[in-house]
Amino acid sequence: MKSFFLALIKSRAGLFGFLLVTVFVLAALLAPYLGLPSPTRSNLVARMAAPTWTGIFSPGAHPLGTDELGRDVLSRILHGSRITLAIAAASVVLGGIVGTLLGIVAGYYRGIVDRVLMRVVDIQLALPLMLLALLVVAALGPSTRNLIIVLALTSWLRYARIIRGQVLALREREFILSAHAIGAGTWRIMIKHLLPNVMTPALVIATLELARIIIMDAALSFLGLGVQPPNPSWGRMLADGRVYISTAWWIVTFPGVAIVLTVLSVNLLGDWLRDYFDPKLRTMR
Amino acid sequence: MSRYLLVKLAESALAIWGVVTIVFFVSRVLGDPAVLLVPVGASQQDIDTIRTALGLDRPILEQYVVSLFSMLRGDFGMSFQQGRPAMDIVLERMPDTALLAGTALLFGSIIGAVCGAIAALKRGTVAEFIVMVAALLGQATPVFWLGIMLILIFAVDLGWLPTGGAGTWAHLVLPGLTLSVFVSASIARLLRSSLLDIMREDYVRTARAKGLLPRTVFFWHIARNALIPVVTMVGIIAGELLGGSVVIETVFAWPGVGRVIMQAIQNQDFPVIQAGVALIAAIFIVVNLLVDLLYGVLDPRIRRR
Repeated sequence: MKSFFLALIKSRAGLFGFLLVTVFVLAALLAPYLGLPSPTRSNLVARMAAPTWTGIFSPGAHPLGTDELGRDVLSRILHGSRITLAIAAASVVLGGIVGTLLGIVAGYYRGIVDRVLMRVVDIQLALPLMLLALLVVAALGPSTRNLIIVLALTSWLRYARIIRGQVLALREREFILSAHAIGAGTWRIMIKHLLPNVMTPALVIATLELARIIIMDAALSFLGLGVQPPNPSWGRMLADGRVYISTAWWIVTFPGVAIVLTVLSVNLLGDWLRDYFDPKLRTMR
Repeated sequence: MSRYLLVKLAESALAIWGVVTIVFFVSRVLGDPAVLLVPVGASQQDIDTIRTALGLDRPILEQYVVSLFSMLRGDFGMSFQQGRPAMDIVLERMPDTALLAGTALLFGSIIGAVCGAIAALKRGTVAEFIVMVAALLGQATPVFWLGIMLILIFAVDLGWLPTGGAGTWAHLVLPGLTLSVFVSASIARLLRSSLLDIMREDYVRTARAKGLLPRTVFFWHIARNALIPVVTMVGIIAGELLGGSVVIETVFAWPGVGRVIMQAIQNQDFPVIQAGVALIAAIFIVVNLLVDLLYGVLDPRIRRR
């Protein structure tokens, strides 16, 4: 653990990513306690107020301006980050659990189970992820729960493929063979012996998937298929603000900056984790 | 080669079958087409008549087999909205989507390849740093937001280019540029790391040691092998461009397949959604087949496996 943090501090990009991610997570967690204006209550007197930095600490200040209903953009971005990060985290966990378990099963049993599963992965890969997501959201209807399901559905196969490959190699190792020899059951071998050994690659994939899922969540919300109003979500803010692009540039600019910074920091952290733990994963996406 | 080709063809056929199956079963979740077809307030008898006419009262497996064959023939039924074959509506818009995706793929690949090569060859210089920071930012930027920002700068503020629509080359510039940034960012990063890996190989040192020109070593020994993962990446990107066309065509009001699918989703015009998704998936499968074949040409070891 100590060498892990030493390596992190040595890598400037990784440290930068780690610090930014920490700041964003803290900002999301603390958003309701920062004394910001309500993200959903409209204030028609202050519609489309431009960003002002004078008197920034006074209660009525809007450092990033207000939107078409007079809602504070900064407050909406921070509250939006709670929803965005929660959805992304839930999808990553759901997709990660399903994908990792299926990967272990396929790699351990091999044979027909493995072949069927890998064909399913191939078929799903033949459908661009965005189209699959659109198709499923159109079928299930837009809601937060369905959004999480759809995002997890686009994500599980990355885990399944890579974990399967790792398990194929692991199952021939001595510690697995000896577990067999002392009569450990299949279930016990998969959970107690294989799972801990694939947690590291799963964590690396999860970090990189988190970045991809944040962008996809924003795209689906942008198309009106994600979190429903009045809850602020970054993609939705971009879609609503786009209408006012010629009069109020800030409404459509700052949520995008928030997405870029978040994705960038998660990517930097993920790239560093990958290079630190297992550079071979680079070619396996 | 023929065995490799046959395996790849069989895999593509299986993938097309799988996509058509997904489309069929998702469309059954989407709702009863008969209810959507009749005007509001129609009697249950009218609905039943249409159900029988469309074969919707048959067992689900029989419906599946019938749909499978008609979908493979390209028959996805009539658009609820426009009353003509759904596939025709989608096919009409395909050239525009292909033009945009093709432009982005061409320019994005060239820019990405040049930047990636510069970053690898000028290791540790300012040039590498700039390319890598730009590529990281490019990968972290959602294409639709980049598109909106470019509209804000070049169309709204400067007024040089149109905000959306299609027709002249000027309409192609902003969406093409937006997607090129996305394409080139991925390619530059991958080509750089791939070149750096290959440059460390023993056979490259051998090639240099026997006195070959640096140019020969780079193009014949390094670049050729470093391109193999890039070719795979181009295939994946082609799929993301086709899938992402829904988003970017909405931003730029570009009249392509993506916008047709998006409008069909809003109007619940399911035959058009299915036709659009199936067409894009089919193109993507063919592109990946070509990528696999090209892969076999670039790397003869693959063919013999």
